[in-house]
Amino acid sequence: MKKGLLILTILSACMLFAGCSDTSSHSRGVYMLMDTSGTYKNELKKACSIIYYLLGTLKPGDSLGVARIDTGSFSEKDIIAKKSFDKRPSVSNQQKRLFKDKVDRFVAAVKGSSYTDISGGILQAVEYLNETEAGKKYILIFSDLKEDLGKGYVRDFEIKMPDVHIVALNVTKLRSDNFDPREYMNRLEYWKKRAQDGGATWRVVNDLERLDAILVD
Amino acid sequence: MPTTNFFMVLPGSPVLSGLILFTIALLMLYLARAPSHRAIRSLGSIIHSAMRIASRSVLQAEQNLVERNKEVLLAAGREAVERSIEREFHRVDAVVKRDLSAYPALQLKLSEQITLIDEDYRESTELPPPSPTWVSAVEAVANIRPQGDGTVADILMEIQETTEKQYKKAMNDYRESMGKRHGLLKKMMPHWRKLAHTLDKVGKNITGLQERGKVIDRRMEEYEEIRARSVRAQQTLSSSAMTQFVISGFVLLIAFGGAVINFNLIALPMSEMVGGASYIGGYSMANVAAMVIILLEVSMGLYLMESLRITKLFPIIGAMDDRMRRKMIWITFGILLILACVESSLAFMREQIAADMEALRQSLTSSETIQPVNSWIPTIGQMVMGFILPFALTFVAIPLESFVSASRTVGGVIMTAFLRWIAFMFRLLGNIASYLSEFLVNAYDILIFPPLWIERLAFHKTGEERINSQEGRI
Repeated sequence: MKKGLLILTILSACMLFAGCSDTSSHSRGVYMLMDTSGTYKNELKKACSIIYYLLGTLKPGDSLGVARIDTGSFSEKDIIAKKSFDKRPSVSNQQKRLFKDKVDRFVAAVKGSSYTDISGGILQAVEYLNETEAGKKYILIFSDLKEDLGKGYVRDFEIKMPDVHIVALNVTKLRSDNFDPREYMNRLEYWKKRAQDGGATWRVVNDLERLDAILVD
Repeated sequence: MPTTNFFMVLPGSPVLSGLILFTIALLMLYLARAPSHRAIRSLGSIIHSAMRIASRSVLQAEQNLVERNKEVLLAAGREAVERSIEREFHRVDAVVKRDLSAYPALQLKLSEQITLIDEDYRESTELPPPSPTWVSAVEAVANIRPQGDGTVADILMEIQETTEKQYKKAMNDYRESMGKRHGLLKKMMPHWRKLAHTLDKVGKNITGLQERGKVIDRRMEEYEEIRARSVRAQQTLSSSAMTQFVISGFVLLIAFGGAVINFNLIALPMSEMVGGASYIGGYSMANVAAMVIILLEVSMGLYLMESLRITKLFPIIGAMDDRMRRKMIWITFGILLILACVESSLAFMREQIAADMEALRQSLTSSETIQPVNSWIPTIGQMVMGFILPFALTFVAIPLESFVSASRTVGGVIMTAFLRWIAFMFRLLGNIASYLSEFLVNAYDILIFPPLWIERLAFHKTGEERINSQEGRI
C-alpha cells in the first residue's frame, strides 16, 4: 500500500514535469551597440554604467553582447564581449565578472573611429540575437544616431528584425541640431521608421537615471 | 419604394397620414384586445408557474441537502464521540493494567504489614503483675499487737524492710516492661505509615477511575443524544464544527505562512540545482522544484500522522497491520529527515549565493568593495529553519483533518443558504412576471383608451336608453 502511494506521488510529479513543460523561451537577449566615433567616445563611461546595470539585471540563462560602432560594424571583430550566461547563478556571476573586465579593458584602450556604421551594427545585433533564441530581444543603441558611412558601404535596405525591441540611449544633440532642431527630429524619425519597417519596436531613453525603463516591453 | 413612402397614405400630408395610420392601429389593437389580454396573462402565468416549479425543485434540493448535512454532522459527531470514548476506555484500561494488576501483590503487602503490626501489638500488651501470695502473711503479722516485745519489733522491722525491697523490685520490673512495650509500639509507627500510604494510593487510583467513569458517562450521554438525533446534539455539533472550521482555518493560514518562508528559503538555491532559466507552464523550474519539495514534505507529514494514527484522512493507512504501519512510520520519518537535511544544506547554499550576488552587485555599482559583515548567525539561523520547517509542516495534517471535516458541515450550510436564496429569487421572478403581465394588460388598455372610452360612452348610452325604455314600459 505504501509503495502504491509513493509510486502515485512520484508519477504525479513526473506527469506534472513532463506534461507542462514550457517550450517558449523566457530568456532575454540584449545586444548593445556603442558609438565610438569622434566626440561621442567621451560618453563611453555612461555606456559602461548601462552595461553594469545590465549585468546586474540579467538573470542566469540570459544573453548579453556588447559591440562597438565603427566604420564597418557588420563584423564579429567589433564585438567586445558576448555571453549567454549559465543557468546556474554561481557560474553566471563568475561569467559576469569576466564580462565586466573585458568591457573595462576596452573602454580604457578605445580609439575613435572615422565613420559610424549604425546599420551594420544593427544587422550584426539581429544575427546574434537570433542565434541566442532568446524569448525577448533587445538592441540598445548608445549613439547620437548620426550615421556616417564610408565609401562603398551599402546600408540603404530594409533590415528584417521582427519581435526586436530597439532602444536608443543617450541620443545627444549635435551642434548642427542646435541651429536646426528639425535635423534631430528627422534623425529620430528616420530610425524609428527603419525599425518599424523591419518589424521592431522603437523607444528613446535619454534619461540615464531611469535605467529600469530600458528592458521594458 | 422607400419605407417612408410606404407609410405615406396621403402623399404630401405626413401628419394626416400618421393620424390615419395611428387610428387604424388603435382600431386593430382594440379589436385584438381580448386575445392580446389572454396572451399576455398566459405568458405571465407560464413564467410564474415555471418559476414556482423551479423554486419548489430548488427547495426540495435544499431539503435534501439539509438532511445530508444533518447526516454528515451526526456521523462526524458520532465518530468523534466514539473516538473519545475509545480513548477514555484505553485510559481506564491503562490504569487497571498499571495499578489493579498489581493488586494481589498490594494485598500481600498490606496483610504482611497488618501481621507485623498485629504481632507488635500483641507483644506490647501489658502483662498483669504477679499475684502477691505473701500479702495474707503480711496481713497476719500486721495484726500482731505490739506489746513492747523487742523480738516482735525486730521481726516487724525485717518484714517492713523486705516489703519495701520487694516493692522497689516490682516497680523496677514494671517500668522495664513498660519501656519494652513503648519500644514495640514505636516500632509499629513506620508500618502504620506505610499502610496509610498504600491505602492512600489505592484510594487515589480508585478516585481516578471514578473520574474516568464520570467522563465516560458524559460521553455516553452525548452519544445517546446523537443516536437519538436530538436537536440539542445537532446544535452543539454544528456550533462545534463552525468553531473547528475557524480555528483550523487560522492554523492552516499560519502553516501556509511557514510554507511560504520555506519556499523562499529554498527557491534560490534550487536554481543552482535545476537551472534558473528553465520554465514549466510559465513558472520557473527552480520555483516549481521548491514547491514540489514542500508539497512532498507535507505529504510525508500526512502519511506519518496517518501511520501514527493521529489523523484519519486515509483509512487504508489506518487499517494496516501494526508491523506494516511501523515500517511506514520509519520510512516516512526517514524521508522527512532526508528532506530536512536537504533543506538545511540548501539554506546554507542560499546564503552563499546571496553573498556572491551582493559582492557582484557592489563591484558593478562602485569601485570600492564594501566588506560584508562576516557573521555566521544568519547562516546558522537559516540552516536551523530549513531543518525544522519540514517537521513543523508535518503537523499541518492535524488542522487539515479538522478543516476538511468541518468544511463539510460549513460548506453544506453555505450551500443550503445559497439554494434557499436561489429558490427565493425564482419565486420573486415568478411573482414579478405575474404582476408584470397584469401591468402590461393595463398598459395595453391605456394605449387604446380612445376606442375604450367611446365604447364605454356607447354602452352607457345604450344602457340608459334600455333602462328608460324599460321604465316607460313599466
